[in-house]
Amino acid sequence: METFKKLKEFYWPYKRFFFLSLLSLFFVTIITVAYPIVVQIAIDDVIKEKNYGLVPILCLSFIGLMIVKSVATFFHQFLGDYFGISAVFSLRDALYKKLQRLSFHYYDNAKTGDLMSRLTADVELFRFFLSFGFSELIRILLLVLSSLSVMLYFSVPLALATMASMPFLIVLVMKFDKKVHPAFRQIRKSFGRLNTRVQENISGMNTVKSLSKEDFEIGRFSDKGDDYRQHYLNTATIWSKYFPLMEFMGNVSVVVLLAFGGYLYMNGSISLGAIIAYFNLIWYLVGPLMNFGFVVNMFSQSKASGERLLEILESDDEIKETTSPVKAEDVKGHVAFKDVTLTYVEDDDEALKDVTFDAPPGKTIGLIGATGSGKTSITQLITRFYEPEQGEVLLDGHSVSEYSLKEMRKHIGFVLQEPFLFSTSIKDNIAYGNPEASMDEIIDAAKRAQAHDFIMEMPKGYDTLLGERGMGLSGGQKQRISIARAILVNPKVLVLDDATSAVDMETEFKIQKALKEVMKGRTTFIIAHRISSLKHADEILVLEDGKIVERGQHEELLDNGGPYQRIYDIQYQDKEAILGKNKQHA
Amino acid sequence: MAETMKAKSPHLKRFRYTQDIAVDKPFNWQQLVRLLKYVKPYAKTVMPIAIIAMLVSTAVRLIVPILIGNQIVDKVLEGGGTYQLLLSYVIGIAVLYLLSYIGNAVRIKYVNILGQNVVYDLRHHLFSHVQRLSNRFFDNRSAGSIIVRIMNDINSLQELFTNGIINLLMDIVTLVSIVIILLVISPKLALAVMVIIPIMFYISTKLRKNIRKSWQDVRIQQSRVNSHLNESIQGVRITQSFSQEDNNTEYFHGVNDDTFNSWKTATRKSAMFRPFVEMSNAIGTVILIAYGSYLIINDPGVSVGEFVTFTFFIGMFWEPISRLGQMYNQLLMAMSASERIFEFLDEKPNVEEKEDAVEMDDIQGHIEFDQVQFAYDEDRIALHEISLEMKAGQTVALVGHTGSGKSTIANLINRFYDPTKGSVKIDGVDLRDTKLDGLRQNISVVLQDTFIFSGTIMENIRFGRPDATDEEVMESAKVVGADDFIQRLADGYETEVEERGNILSAGERQLLSFARALLANPRIIILDEATASIDTETELKIQNALKKLLNGRTAIIIAHRLSTIRDSDNIIVLENGRILEQGNHEELMKHQGEYYGLVKSQFQMLDQL
Repeated sequence: METFKKLKEFYWPYKRFFFLSLLSLFFVTIITVAYPIVVQIAIDDVIKEKNYGLVPILCLSFIGLMIVKSVATFFHQFLGDYFGISAVFSLRDALYKKLQRLSFHYYDNAKTGDLMSRLTADVELFRFFLSFGFSELIRILLLVLSSLSVMLYFSVPLALATMASMPFLIVLVMKFDKKVHPAFRQIRKSFGRLNTRVQENISGMNTVKSLSKEDFEIGRFSDKGDDYRQHYLNTATIWSKYFPLMEFMGNVSVVVLLAFGGYLYMNGSISLGAIIAYFNLIWYLVGPLMNFGFVVNMFSQSKASGERLLEILESDDEIKETTSPVKAEDVKGHVAFKDVTLTYVEDDDEALKDVTFDAPPGKTIGLIGATGSGKTSITQLITRFYEPEQGEVLLDGHSVSEYSLKEMRKHIGFVLQEPFLFSTSIKDNIAYGNPEASMDEIIDAAKRAQAHDFIMEMPKGYDTLLGERGMGLSGGQKQRISIARAILVNPKVLVLDDATSAVDMETEFKIQKALKEVMKGRTTFIIAHRISSLKHADEILVLEDGKIVERGQHEELLDNGGPYQRIYDIQYQDKEAILGKNKQHA
Repeated sequence: MAETMKAKSPHLKRFRYTQDIAVDKPFNWQQLVRLLKYVKPYAKTVMPIAIIAMLVSTAVRLIVPILIGNQIVDKVLEGGGTYQLLLSYVIGIAVLYLLSYIGNAVRIKYVNILGQNVVYDLRHHLFSHVQRLSNRFFDNRSAGSIIVRIMNDINSLQELFTNGIINLLMDIVTLVSIVIILLVISPKLALAVMVIIPIMFYISTKLRKNIRKSWQDVRIQQSRVNSHLNESIQGVRITQSFSQEDNNTEYFHGVNDDTFNSWKTATRKSAMFRPFVEMSNAIGTVILIAYGSYLIINDPGVSVGEFVTFTFFIGMFWEPISRLGQMYNQLLMAMSASERIFEFLDEKPNVEEKEDAVEMDDIQGHIEFDQVQFAYDEDRIALHEISLEMKAGQTVALVGHTGSGKSTIANLINRFYDPTKGSVKIDGVDLRDTKLDGLRQNISVVLQDTFIFSGTIMENIRFGRPDATDEEVMESAKVVGADDFIQRLADGYETEVEERGNILSAGERQLLSFARALLANPRIIILDEATASIDTETELKIQNALKKLLNGRTAIIIAHRLSTIRDSDNIIVLENGRILEQGNHEELMKHQGEYYGLVKSQFQMLDQL
């Protein structure tokens, strides 16, 4: 119950729908048992007594009751559902808001699939319980009680005799539920594995085809498909064992009713109408009881779901906003690191170790080093995506933690290593960071990122819609759009994280040329593998295992025998080898 | 049906999602017949058992009310029969219930066997078919839309194949039998009571259809919410970088609200369903009581027991009618799912194997293009009558801009396509006469971005040759120089990796793909931009690995990097599907043609910066 209490703020505001729904349910259930009573009266008082005068009043009151029941049924269901979807609405809003703000650190450890299943399946289970589960429990209780009372009213011994098999039914139901739910989980898991198999096959189709492993893949798929079928059939077997047996238990009651009820009738201690009424009443009991296990199980499932949702809602905002932020309107873009050390995961090696540098406004800093050397970490500290373990990250002399996040990040333009584009038009993708930008500004940004020409070649130009993950564009095109996106926010600090890796040399040349213009008046951080991309930087930092091992300008680093020179030599040996030989020929 | 979702509120155009959701299609007999073909293999084995079992329990359900009403009530209770007689009836009924129990158990088991097998066959057929489709098929579709058909569309047919067919039979049998039984017992009362059947049919089909439409709307809205959730999680770093949390939250609030509203509508509509059913049942009951009691009192033709029988049967109308209505709805949904499935099944593979195709198990790797022309579409010619030769064991580089025809040449060697004119020969055999599998076993392509399957490193390398031993896997990893970094991983070769995991760097992934290709031990190897985005240090390592990989094989290299190309035995420069020049590096540089210009400009450009 603790879970439901914690989530109270999402459903309690709608409590009146829930209570009205329960009230309606009360009417529904009470009237349900009216039907067998009407049948009993029709047989005993009308037909057997040949009292046709009762018919109009019997029929009218029956119709009247059924109208009330219909209306009540409508409100019970509608208000119950309304209660559930209202809660889901506010829950989802809260979850989304939270997800937008959770730290990079949180996302480093989270899996999209897991988060998605919480946001969809768990939310749905929670809703289902609010809409349906809780009131279903009450319905079962009410129906069982009212049917039982009518049965007892007609005949205590017959009620006891027909109910004799119910304990067996309950045991059966419990056993069934204990078996069938794990089996269902197995089906879901097996289906999940099959799904992963297909997903990997389709996503990796190029690789499959390149090694012509289609048959192998079909084999792997068949195994998983067969596994799924097998699990499904196992469950069907459980189903086929128990379900007919439960129905049979209900039928046992019918048999008892006939044998014992007939006996009582012959004794004159029960009427014919009452016996016929019992046929319905028995199933009003058996039906809900067969359902009972399902509802109980749903309760425990939705509790687990609620816990998983709470995990998101209660996770810590690691990046704390300061309450009295420094004004960030006229940021100049002076970035400085003082002895910064960063550890992503406790007890892990440091990602950055005592990093110190100074980037005055308008200067360009080049970062080079092998994968995992800490280049990206540096840029992510500037935007305060992570907090340093030690040392200070300064923007215009203030620690980045003294600014309001939003105000500060407005001044920083980021081009991430893996260009991510959203499902919307190219125009809106470029304007993502600055939705108010005019079309002219958007086109200008695109031109500067060398993206305008290829955009215009598309049938719908800037209005071309991009699908999931920017489908239909090459890696280089995506990179250029994401460069335009960063330019459009007109940032004081520009971060280019390997922004031109996926374009061919010619395009890179064009972008580099354009970027030279763009970088004027901005502090720029360039992360690159190719020396050519960053050799004009005012300062180049060479990183190795989180430490700055070398720093200086291109010319200074070129022949000091250090790591920068080594990289240079590798990259330019081609040039000498190729062009050098050529000179001899020429 | 694919349609672009637009948020209902005008300010919510921030994101737009294309949906691929099953919407009703008109009923189509041909499609149904085609679907039923998948049932055929079970028509003589599983089906009859399920049908017999179904008939047994249906018969019991129909006989018991008659026994109770016409026999027990009339003959024993009202007719003054002995308790002995009552007991024998009761025992009879108990035996019938036992039969029905067995029937139900057998039916449930066998309909599931039927359904699961049909679904398995259908999915297997679709999956295997998709494996053979061309690269272009995959280029034109998002992975998601293909997966949805293999998984969800087929699943939506599961219920139809499991219970659908048998239930259809059962419901028709039940309904027709009840009508006949009632007519036999009392034609007048039967006709009066049956007024509710058309009402029930109307509710079950029309009203339900209307309700389902509004749920469809909810599903479309929901899937937009889900698409956005998924995207917003994946793009959260961008969102935070550009401080767009508030704008996104506003957008989400809007779509959430839209969903809420259509959900509300659907809920309201579905909440009306049960009341209508209840009322139509009530009407039936009232008719039965009013007219029934009138008949009993005034017309000796109807007995009390028969009245009782009627009360039993009147309660049994709804179930079959409801299910038939459901079935009708299910069929409409099945139409759209199966249309989408058949659309894929009707895609033809680009190349077909001849009856008397030659097995290409053991080849040397001598490749020849003879006046080859190729067009992907009729108006876009990718290759213009190209002739070239690649000797066994040679390394040949293809150089040219995007769209010059480099990849097309590779695709033709792999026989992903057949040329429109001319012929491609390996070891002198026209590829049109070859068996695909044998041929492709001998060719490996190393891609720029190789796919890492979830599983261990060992399994990932073994993907190149599934029957390789652990030793062979490790040996090939050693040869390409991947062994070092694998040994450094926590669990070595048993380390679990996956596509989106960050355990492996780009360079390491590339080394794995080399190991894979080496393990496959092909005679011909194609490197398609294999070393593009890798840092310099790693590239050095890979260069060495490459040499070992290419040793003794015919190699076709598609690359920008001159370092890889330079040492090739032959360099072919392509433009717009034509060969401009070819020769080795020295020859081409001396010639000062296109290649010379290309080499020079690359370095000059970068120097100008």
